[in-house]
Amino acid sequence: MDIIVCVKQVVDPELPLRDFAIDPVTRRQVREGRPLVISTYDENALEVALQIKDRSGAKVTVLTIGPQARVGDAIRLALAMGADDAVVIDESKSPDLLGADKARILAAAVRRIGRYDLVLCGCESADWVERAVAPLLAEMLGASCVTFVSRAETAGGTLVVRRTADDGFHELDVRLPAVLSVTSDDANRPRLPKVKDIVGAKRKPVQTWARADLAVESGSHEASGVEVREVVVPQRTAKCELLPGDPAEQVAALGQRLRDLKLL
Amino acid sequence: MAGICIVATALDGAVSRSSLELVGGGRALGASLGAGVAALLLGSGPGMPEATEALHQHGVSAVYRVTDPTLTAGQTDAWLIAVEQIVRAVGPEIVLISADTVGRELAPRLAHRLGAALVTECVEMATEGQEIIVKRQVYGGRALATLAVARRPLVLSVKPRALDAPEPAPTPGKVEDVAVTIDVTALPARVREIHREKSEVGLEDAPVVVAGGRGLGGPEGFKVIEELAAALGGAVGSSRPPADAGWVPISWQIGQTGKTVRPALYIAVGISGATQHTAGVSGSRTIVAINRDPEAPIFSLAHLGIVGDYREIVPLLTAKVKELKGG
Repeated sequence: MDIIVCVKQVVDPELPLRDFAIDPVTRRQVREGRPLVISTYDENALEVALQIKDRSGAKVTVLTIGPQARVGDAIRLALAMGADDAVVIDESKSPDLLGADKARILAAAVRRIGRYDLVLCGCESADWVERAVAPLLAEMLGASCVTFVSRAETAGGTLVVRRTADDGFHELDVRLPAVLSVTSDDANRPRLPKVKDIVGAKRKPVQTWARADLAVESGSHEASGVEVREVVVPQRTAKCELLPGDPAEQVAALGQRLRDLKLL
Repeated sequence: MAGICIVATALDGAVSRSSLELVGGGRALGASLGAGVAALLLGSGPGMPEATEALHQHGVSAVYRVTDPTLTAGQTDAWLIAVEQIVRAVGPEIVLISADTVGRELAPRLAHRLGAALVTECVEMATEGQEIIVKRQVYGGRALATLAVARRPLVLSVKPRALDAPEPAPTPGKVEDVAVTIDVTALPARVREIHREKSEVGLEDAPVVVAGGRGLGGPEGFKVIEELAAALGGAVGSSRPPADAGWVPISWQIGQTGKTVRPALYIAVGISGATQHTAGVSGSRTIVAINRDPEAPIFSLAHLGIVGDYREIVPLLTAKVKELKGG
């Protein structure tokens, strides 16, 4: 089985709010000087791929789009976790691209990689949270599509997945090839690489392709018809009133306040 | 021809609340664009006539109805076939889809098939001339993006509970039953089993929500806050870490990735207040935080706060609530 896992580097989403800023020109988060990490759910996607590899054998390729100089850490971590090789699409504008453009580039890259049974993505990126790349990619590749998958098992050429739903979960039989987006659960917590794997990762092959070398279908920001007009950080107006005293006094005060607000 | 088409579902014998939210959003857009609101109503069984009537009662002029046994919870591939066929026939300029379990798969795939512009997870919609202006949360809820779209057709997915359900506006409307042929054996992804987690009060509709975080220390901590929720007549939720750790079902998760809630009272217990979580609760009317760490970011969102150990505070609060409600 050949599995491609799409990963993206983003500014650490846990960064304190005081370090969060929007560039007024690009209308995107300021990245300079901020630590970059693999976007939250992309690591869960890689973990699902590696579990399939552990159980029934698979070749796992990591695919990323980014300014080549900035994606090294993400690729090294993914290879140390257990991916077999990596493909980097060098695109300096990648942090500004929306999902539709990303999906077109990924589709071209997957076609160039050639063989694949499964493509896994995180269910959403920590930055733009469109949740659109996996379903768009599936359509572009003509593959099956399930999003918000937490578990996936392969058996005899078929795939069974668990999808997180609003009121529980669903189990689905999925025809291959398929594109899945992965969400977190207790069964796919990303593994920590061991020291020897970190060392070994340095010998794993990494290919870099220029975006210009890919047969990307036409389409751009303008053509996709969506203009990012403004990105603002809302000002918090609520001021928290901390209730004083010992626990009994705090609770008595809270009870009174909730009653005043007609909530009790 | 309808200018705006919403995708409505009737899975539990009634039109879903998020479908009505779309009707409200569609009506507001339609009023400024001079367009009517039509609905595609999809479902598999009973309740379709009542759901049709509910749509007419809320201002939908035309209902295109597909009743098919394959249109069940989570069977996105079947929904996509039906929605694509009708949207092509009806030819709306704007399609509104709720970003629920099915909708978040459906909207991008439909947009691709129609060659339509796409914006997902909208929380606000408006018009400016012929442009549609939508707002959506970005960067884990830390920022709000305003997007402008002139192109048509346009597929918008709308975050459940971001819009209010509309007031009734009875409209004499027409109904058209549409036949769609769906071969379930040909679907690329087929639902084989559905596991529903029962909740006495639906998290998204509860007037009071008590949620726990990593600070509860383990699944037993949720027993403590469940008692408080029960005393308040509310529902229990969680931030991401307890759901990831398997302490609670993933369907309890509130936040950017989980559910959006807007209760009258939201109580966060042992929740640090990462934006991932606060993105899903910031619309709550009154927010109370209980946390040991006075520096926890949740206190910058909360209206009322108690710094202390939840093991001490919450049982006292449960008793206080019972006392005040009883008297």
